[in-house]
Amino acid sequence: MAPLLDVRNLTVVFDTPAGTVHAVNDVSYTIEEGETLGIVGESGSGKSVHALSMVGLIARPPGRIVSGEVYFKGRDLLRLSQRELFDLRGKEIGFVFQDPMTSLNPVLTVERQIAEPLRRHFNLSKSQARERVVELLELVGIPNARARIGQYPHEFSGGMRQRVMIAIGIACNPKLLIADEATTALDVTVQAQILDLVRDLKKKIGTTVIWITHDMGVVAGLADTIQVMYGGRIMERGPVDAVFEDPRSAYTWGLLKSLPHGGKRGETRLYQIPGNPPNLINEPIGDPFAPRNAFATERCLRETPPLKQMEGSLPGHKAAVWYDLREELKKQEAKV
Amino acid sequence: MTRYLLTKLIEAFIAIWGVVTIVFFVSRILGDPAVLLVPVGAGQQEIDNLRAALGLDRPLLEQYFHSLLSMLKGDFGISFQHTRPALDVVLERTPATASLAGLALLFGTLIGAAAGAIAALMRGTVAEFIVMVAALLGQATPTFWLGIMLILLFSVELGLLPTGGAGTWLHYILPGLTLSVFVSASIARLLRSSLLDIMREDYVRTARAKGLMPRTVFFWHIARNALIPVVTMIGIIAGELLGGSVVIETVFAWPGVGRVIVQGIQAQDFPVIQAGVTLVAAIFVFVNLLVDLLYGVLDPRIRRG
Repeated sequence: MAPLLDVRNLTVVFDTPAGTVHAVNDVSYTIEEGETLGIVGESGSGKSVHALSMVGLIARPPGRIVSGEVYFKGRDLLRLSQRELFDLRGKEIGFVFQDPMTSLNPVLTVERQIAEPLRRHFNLSKSQARERVVELLELVGIPNARARIGQYPHEFSGGMRQRVMIAIGIACNPKLLIADEATTALDVTVQAQILDLVRDLKKKIGTTVIWITHDMGVVAGLADTIQVMYGGRIMERGPVDAVFEDPRSAYTWGLLKSLPHGGKRGETRLYQIPGNPPNLINEPIGDPFAPRNAFATERCLRETPPLKQMEGSLPGHKAAVWYDLREELKKQEAKV
Repeated sequence: MTRYLLTKLIEAFIAIWGVVTIVFFVSRILGDPAVLLVPVGAGQQEIDNLRAALGLDRPLLEQYFHSLLSMLKGDFGISFQHTRPALDVVLERTPATASLAGLALLFGTLIGAAAGAIAALMRGTVAEFIVMVAALLGQATPTFWLGIMLILLFSVELGLLPTGGAGTWLHYILPGLTLSVFVSASIARLLRSSLLDIMREDYVRTARAKGLMPRTVFFWHIARNALIPVVTMIGIIAGELLGGSVVIETVFAWPGVGRVIVQGIQAQDFPVIQAGVTLVAAIFVFVNLLVDLLYGVLDPRIRRG
């Protein structure tokens, strides 16, 4: 079966007064129907921009899609007309954005904001839409839903607003739900509730999910597949367990190493990846992580490694490396 | 809501009282109206008699409290020049001011809003540049100068429109145009920057992500939020215009409240000055109260329980 989403060689740049920012560089991947893909990366890794650009949600200019194809249910999203994109957004592909404080319109009622995509795409009457809104709010776990639909975002707590955001995202039963840092602005306990809710919803409605986050822990608990991005490129990708147990990219390894290990005392400081995120204004050459990578070879600085299947790993576990992290780590251990 | 209104009313009352007090004492500095009112060549005795008749010989504080008490009863005293109740003199001028202000506000807001929206939507184009330069010129041009230039062109040179006064709808064109230019320029500039700010908001991206059509995104998500500061601006301008545009009414000899106050000042007609300024202050405060209430309609976050 063809994958639900097939991204091929997507390259996105931003033309700024300081120069051309190479935000997304030659990104290719696929998602199967029903899969949950966790995309991890730091700010500026291109994780959000690549998702927004697929459906025409980046401002153009300054944004510019240089090349690529994005096949969704067999159609190339990048070649759709404006009108076709309007019809697709919200209906086939739903979005959940970060920071529900600013992502919800402060002057419209929650009912109106959830009903908008329903009325736009399904031509529902006001009362039909209202029933569905109540249903959705109950589904995302907002108590006393019918009484609360007339309220405004500021009358909801942060966690409840995020639930409203999710209700908007899933309102039209989209094939694909893209959540961009959807739990980042929340307290840890509320974050856990939202993740439970998403897992629960996945079971109920079976949506395919792309979960964009900078939090490895969130991906571990939610995703089937993890995709690590850095400097606008995919560094590593594979089944969550395989990548967590046996990272093959030094960047993934560094990220995992810098996670706190629950309960272990005595460890002095958390590991920190040396250096700074890359300046994307320069034409990307070589492995973007090479300047910060102790294992980098001469070749890493000159030539960009392709994303390829790792030998001795599960099928689908790919990394873009010129070095062999397993060997390097063994050597390091031997030295100690 | 009742509590909120009550607080606002008390605030309004204090504001008007403050204005009345300042105007009372400042106008007394202007000089002695009795000297102006007596016929040329009259003696000191006649002047003193007149001062006594007008109550101007009593201690200043006594005059102040006396006029405060009378004002509470709606009595602003008798106009020295017109020998009629000062409030009547002022009130009969309000329709002229209100109609001119309403006209300028209506056209100014419509033109300004359209220009501001065009400038924001056509960001970076020649159209935006033209609108913004025009708006900057409109806001920077002194209204009295513009008024005089318009009179020179349309009345003196072309002879198409009356130079001043009121009477027919033709009389409205030049003063209305002059005021509209200022109003629309201010609104265009504010609306443009407000729209551009709101367009960058996260919730606008959310609206686009829902697949809403651009006009829905614009009117419901962008414009509604961008209008909030513009409404405040309109309120302030409305207050100013309804209070009588002193300069424009003088340039166009428009028989409005602003002009009657100026005439009152020239004649040191204290009751007319006081009645006029109190009316202007009351209108200003009232319009601002309306704006506050309208704010609550536009923005639920500041709606009071």
